[in-house]
Amino acid sequence: MYNPATMAALTATRKRELRRALEAIVGAPGVLSDPDELLVYESDGLTLFRALADFVVFPTSAEQVSAVVGLANRERMPFVARGAGTGLSGGCLPAEGGLVLSLMRMNRVLEVDYENHFAVVEPGLVNLHLSWTVGPRGFYYAPDPSSQQACTLGGNIANNSGGPHTLKYGVTTNHVLGLEVVMPDGEIVWLGGRTREASGYDLTGVFVGSEGTFGIATKIVVRILKKPQAVRTVLAVFDQIDQASAAVSAIIARGLVPAAVEMIDQLTIQAVEDAFGCGYPRDAAAALLVELDGLAVGMEAQAARIVEACRDAGAREVRAARDEAERQLLWKGRKSAFGAYGRVSPAYMVMDGVIPRTKLPYVLRRVNEIVAAHGLRVGNVFHAGDGNLHPNILYDPRTPGEEARVVAAGAEIMKLCAEVGGSISGEHGIGLEKSDFMPFIFSAADLALMQRLKNAFNPTGLCNPGKVFPTKKSCVEVGPVAHRPHAIEEKGLAQRF
Amino acid sequence: MAHTIEERAPAPAPAGPLSLHGLSVEGVNQCVHCGLCLASCPTFAELGTEMDSPRGRIFLIKSLAEGRVALTEGTARHLSLCLDCRACETVCPAGVPYGRLIEAAKAAIERERPGGPGRRAFRWLNFGLLLGHPRLLALAAASLRLYQASGLQSLVRASGLVRLLPGTLPAWEALLPAMPAAAGRVPLPPLHPAEGARRARVALLAGCVQSVVFGAHNRATARVLAKNGYEVVVPASQGCCGALNAHGGDHARALEMARRTIAAFEGARAEAVVVNTSGCGAHMKAYGHLLGGDPAWAARARRFAASVRDVAELLAQAPLRGPLAPVPMTVTYHDPCHVVHGQKIRDEPRRLLAQIPELTVVDLAESDWCCGSAGLYNLTEPEMAGRLLRRKVGHVLATGAEAVVTANPGCILQIQQGLAAHGAPVRVLHIVEILDRAYHA
Repeated sequence: MYNPATMAALTATRKRELRRALEAIVGAPGVLSDPDELLVYESDGLTLFRALADFVVFPTSAEQVSAVVGLANRERMPFVARGAGTGLSGGCLPAEGGLVLSLMRMNRVLEVDYENHFAVVEPGLVNLHLSWTVGPRGFYYAPDPSSQQACTLGGNIANNSGGPHTLKYGVTTNHVLGLEVVMPDGEIVWLGGRTREASGYDLTGVFVGSEGTFGIATKIVVRILKKPQAVRTVLAVFDQIDQASAAVSAIIARGLVPAAVEMIDQLTIQAVEDAFGCGYPRDAAAALLVELDGLAVGMEAQAARIVEACRDAGAREVRAARDEAERQLLWKGRKSAFGAYGRVSPAYMVMDGVIPRTKLPYVLRRVNEIVAAHGLRVGNVFHAGDGNLHPNILYDPRTPGEEARVVAAGAEIMKLCAEVGGSISGEHGIGLEKSDFMPFIFSAADLALMQRLKNAFNPTGLCNPGKVFPTKKSCVEVGPVAHRPHAIEEKGLAQRF
Repeated sequence: MAHTIEERAPAPAPAGPLSLHGLSVEGVNQCVHCGLCLASCPTFAELGTEMDSPRGRIFLIKSLAEGRVALTEGTARHLSLCLDCRACETVCPAGVPYGRLIEAAKAAIERERPGGPGRRAFRWLNFGLLLGHPRLLALAAASLRLYQASGLQSLVRASGLVRLLPGTLPAWEALLPAMPAAAGRVPLPPLHPAEGARRARVALLAGCVQSVVFGAHNRATARVLAKNGYEVVVPASQGCCGALNAHGGDHARALEMARRTIAAFEGARAEAVVVNTSGCGAHMKAYGHLLGGDPAWAARARRFAASVRDVAELLAQAPLRGPLAPVPMTVTYHDPCHVVHGQKIRDEPRRLLAQIPELTVVDLAESDWCCGSAGLYNLTEPEMAGRLLRRKVGHVLATGAEAVVTANPGCILQIQQGLAAHGAPVRVLHIVEILDRAYHA
């Protein structure tokens, strides 16, 4: 059983031996162990959490992944898979040292079946590159996380990633048919297959969203969809955030099912306008980006009802994108929003709460109050149609005490989401960041069941330890629970509740 | 206990702006680590290692400036492997001024890790001697012409003697441009009068390497500009703009060359400075930043920088003046990095090509990816340059085009060499050549 408290320090000799053993599997250019090189792997897209691995290895096949995992088991070393490192919950961090398996050299499209609408790909393939590959034949891959230009499908599987278009099309799990998985003990198995309905337990469904704690996917069978015949994208501009929130509810209440309903607030608008000049009005309190897709017949009538719903809610301006170029530019702004915060702040932490749509006005007001009370700024850009919030708390890591205030404000926002009947994560995963918030929404019995499931897949606990489950002893006492204070706790920057 | 969570103290609050050897790298703080740049980076696509990605390099530069890491051989390696193509700047939502950061890092490498005698000699020959002294460059060109015209080059290549050359020299030999005869290397006339209604007086950068290797492009540029109503003046006292020096980390000489270039062009009394080489254009547009710390030159540099135009950028300001003869060819367009990423000029050359009758332009996959030329990169990093060239050639061949149109001498030489190695009968043309053909068919 993996227990970090009993792990011994890697001596230089042992490190050399392990390096040689890893090189025997993936070759010398496939192993990193230089501290300066490991440094760039110390965090993912959430820089609040940092941890160093002992090695980063670059397998190129399921067999190599299996051999590396086998070695890790024999050597009792924890291991974690990593894709592009664009995750936002610290899910791919080597929280306890050990091995990082970078899957970036497994990025091929292995097969595309245009008749049966599926593709077989490797986990390091960039999400958008799949749509590029099948695009010329009129197909695309529907789940579109905002980081889709860089994030990988393996990471999408781990986090059951969403994106703006999940409102209509569902999240990653709705698009995965089967998986080849290297289990935490090194065995290679297939979950699901190539058809829509698989027999037996839905292990594919269990695996997707397991955040790298159930094993490492090495082949992925995903559905590809025909591109919609018609697309209409509407931008609605509001002078008050509450009006925008009301418009979201009004659209859904009228029985309309847009492909996406995204909200973007003033601070965020200004950042993305600085970045790419996308056409969002800088003085708006909030804007909604609403997209309809499907058959051309009836599209105009639906668009007119969206426009009407926005106007009734008080929109000062509602207009449709004139052409594909303008539509792409509006989406570029939306999808680049997190990065664009770099224009206004040296760092941010994004929250990922989910709330009932009707609570939007109340929760947005409270979020702004909470963050202001901690002396910080917040930008909101999120999947309003799903009620999936993304408050981005802006801070400067060089200012003493700010990281701790960010963590505290974040916890209050998570509590708020739970209190109004929501959840603490829509699509970014629990990872390291939200593990201690799990008791906000799950009972001890719920968590114990999840822990038993994890133990069935990952009995040694070596596969991505320290994630998903709360680390506080009193929360759950079932099975191996890695606990030690996080570095930022030891420095007094944060505390667990 | 081992497998420790990394417990380094957070970086100490810096006393002032972050810098490396006096060059500011404060821009690193704009990076929020989102990673959207990763898939745009050619070296990351090839290697998959984050030290060789923009985000990783920014992090290394930040760590260097904060003193968290030393400029070890390994760290220098990852920074040196950067093409400086600036594709990451195009996609960066945070506006990280990556080009400036990597130039500061490369200058730091030159200061702290100048390398062995071979590398120092190479740098001295190029940066200290040839680029700064047009007459020596002309002499080198004449020698090269002799090597090629005498049949010696064919002999060296055919006999296999080339393989006996040490180190990376065989790769360099393969990249030697086909040198035009002496008549093709004569300087441009100092003044080309405008044809038709006069639009403006512009000054042309003849370029250092460009003027000896691709004098034909300069003459075509002047003719096409004249057809479009521009009076073209070619200041005689101009030299090298210093772009290669700056990209190669030779900061001090780059400053001096910038001052000389500004002084040479100020006397031309032109409304714009026209450039047909992408690296030079992007670099000259950044003179304001480069000389921003020099009170005697800052204002002059800003004025000069604001007047710089890529030739396609200038010509695309208005419809091309006719008549244009048909050029019945199928071509594809490769975006030079320092045109598309360095100067954000993407649509202009395509708009120009679209005006040529009977010219078919087909899309090139990854058209805005570096071909591996990247200044002197194909000489200093032949292995990675070769990988990127093979990638580029594969995409070019997939288009079925008869010619690749582009806008930079480095790309032309590199892609020509790649296609030749493949035995592919595809030509590589500067955009002004194809425009010139439409005017003089």
